[in-house]
Amino acid sequence: MAAKKQVKQAKPTLSPAEKKAMRVRTKNKLIKDRWLYLLVLPGVLYFIIFKFAPMWGVLIAFKNYYAGNSFAASKWVGIEHFRTFFTGSSFLMLLKNTLIISGMNLIFYFPLPILLSLLLNELKVQWYKNSIQTMIYVPHFVSWVVIASISFMLLKQPSMSGYHGGALYDIINKFTGSDYNILGDTVGFYWILLFQAIWKETGWGTIIFLAALAGVDVEQYEAAIVDGANRFQQMVYITFPAISSTIVIMLILRMGSVLDTGFEQILLMQNNLNRSSTNTFDTYVYDMGRVNGNYGYSTAVGLFKSLVSITCIQTANFISKKVSETSLF
Amino acid sequence: MLKRRTVGDVIADIIIYLFLATAAIATVIPFVYVIAASFASEHEILTRPLFIIPREPTLEAYIRIFGREYGMTVLRSLGSSIFITLVGTITNLFFTTTMAYALAKPIKGRNVILNCVLFTMVFSGGMIPLFIVVKSLGMYNSYAALILPGAISAYNMIIVKNFFQQLPAGLEEAASIDGCSDLGIFWKIALPLSLPMLATFGLFYAVGHWNNYFGALLYLEDAKKYPFQLVLRNLVMLEQTAQDPDDLVPQETLKMAMIVVGTVPILCVYPFLQKHFAAGVMVGAIKG
Repeated sequence: MAAKKQVKQAKPTLSPAEKKAMRVRTKNKLIKDRWLYLLVLPGVLYFIIFKFAPMWGVLIAFKNYYAGNSFAASKWVGIEHFRTFFTGSSFLMLLKNTLIISGMNLIFYFPLPILLSLLLNELKVQWYKNSIQTMIYVPHFVSWVVIASISFMLLKQPSMSGYHGGALYDIINKFTGSDYNILGDTVGFYWILLFQAIWKETGWGTIIFLAALAGVDVEQYEAAIVDGANRFQQMVYITFPAISSTIVIMLILRMGSVLDTGFEQILLMQNNLNRSSTNTFDTYVYDMGRVNGNYGYSTAVGLFKSLVSITCIQTANFISKKVSETSLF
Repeated sequence: MLKRRTVGDVIADIIIYLFLATAAIATVIPFVYVIAASFASEHEILTRPLFIIPREPTLEAYIRIFGREYGMTVLRSLGSSIFITLVGTITNLFFTTTMAYALAKPIKGRNVILNCVLFTMVFSGGMIPLFIVVKSLGMYNSYAALILPGAISAYNMIIVKNFFQQLPAGLEEAASIDGCSDLGIFWKIALPLSLPMLATFGLFYAVGHWNNYFGALLYLEDAKKYPFQLVLRNLVMLEQTAQDPDDLVPQETLKMAMIVVGTVPILCVYPFLQKHFAAGVMVGAIKG
């Protein structure tokens, strides 16, 4: 394939002899690099089997394909699954949940790592800064199962009267007197997801901004001090501009993945009380496909989500390129 | 330095230092509570709201989760998790470094392969088509399904590729002149030179394997093969019905102890992770 491409690129003015020489050279190069091709082979096979074969598999979105059926025997149904999906009642609920969860994340979570890294940047005592960083990175490495389990233990209601519930439940209960079961409620569910995301990822999220801040020339601050800038002015005029392009990139990534709500997290926090009203696109795909065995329909929903995601990220990238000359690709 | 600190500066500093300390403590306090509660008696958990030192420390919860009732399940799932983590990480490193090394060299077809890899980062077939592929390869209900479908993270592979490109060319040329093949250079020169980077990515992959529960939920049918995280989730999150009163007593401490067991391996490798990750992530930030 590579050799063919080479021939195609060759200019038409080449004489047959030159073409032949080029082919020989190409062949020699391929032979010389044979061990490198051997090295790349496992990776290429991996991508073909586990990435590109499933892309071909999206064709079942246009078939009436259930678990246990054979692919060939199942009927082509065209865009029937898409029609069912968009006219059914699930679509609006999934869109609403996804947008609420993503929107809350964007409004409340997104600024936090930026603020935190600006504050961390103000710390001049190195051991203090290191200790803080060591502590706030921990939850990133802990599994969602553990995070969800701890949340559950902290928030649950008492099993019997006279006993305590989870520690956080007790504190809320003590101060407000409410016995609101946050674990079983849709609005509570949104807030739990948000707080878990803040708890788990805010610290880790600072790393990329701190890396950008490490590149700021100390002389800039010294010059600003000479010019009489106070700490706050230094932050606004030197520190913040230094990370603004990183902020834009992170924002593009966030906008582009607006439909990607934390799948594992949501699946873990769903229970019999809130399941009917808390599905997002990802968990719906899982429910319909893996749990109910409706492979065709589920794949159609997944395909819709993938296509919208690609469009989102391209759009966000395009807008950012126009507005700020910062772009991902 | 000619800098003079004003009163405002000092106050701002105090606020910043205190605020960050509070944030850091708030981040780790839930873990501290869970660890404390795992050593507490059931009665203490049910009657005391939040504490970080148990009044009467006891190992009862740990004795029970490794004891007769739960011991088999817990130990078996820990075994599964360790196996998946070890074999999975070795597989990840093998697939990632071989591909990255070859793509770091100017071989023909390199750009085609790289563009295909980049494409997989924005578009994927989705959960069910991948599930069908895995099943049709006969990997359903086997550990291979938890290891092979994630053998390469495209993002990591590209970072490793960039790393290999920055290795000094001189050594490799010298070896090549001495008659060393590309395989030999990869194995004897490139890999030893990149050990710190391999350690970083190895740890990241390993943490991913240890923490993964969804792969097992999707691909494993046999409960005996469940890794620890899935067992933990089933024990803590799925409310058991019809508990008899005798059985109820140690439930809470037991759950706390299970959570601790699921977290401890991460805390053990955490110092190593922290030493390396900043560098690794920065490479990604610049080149990604």
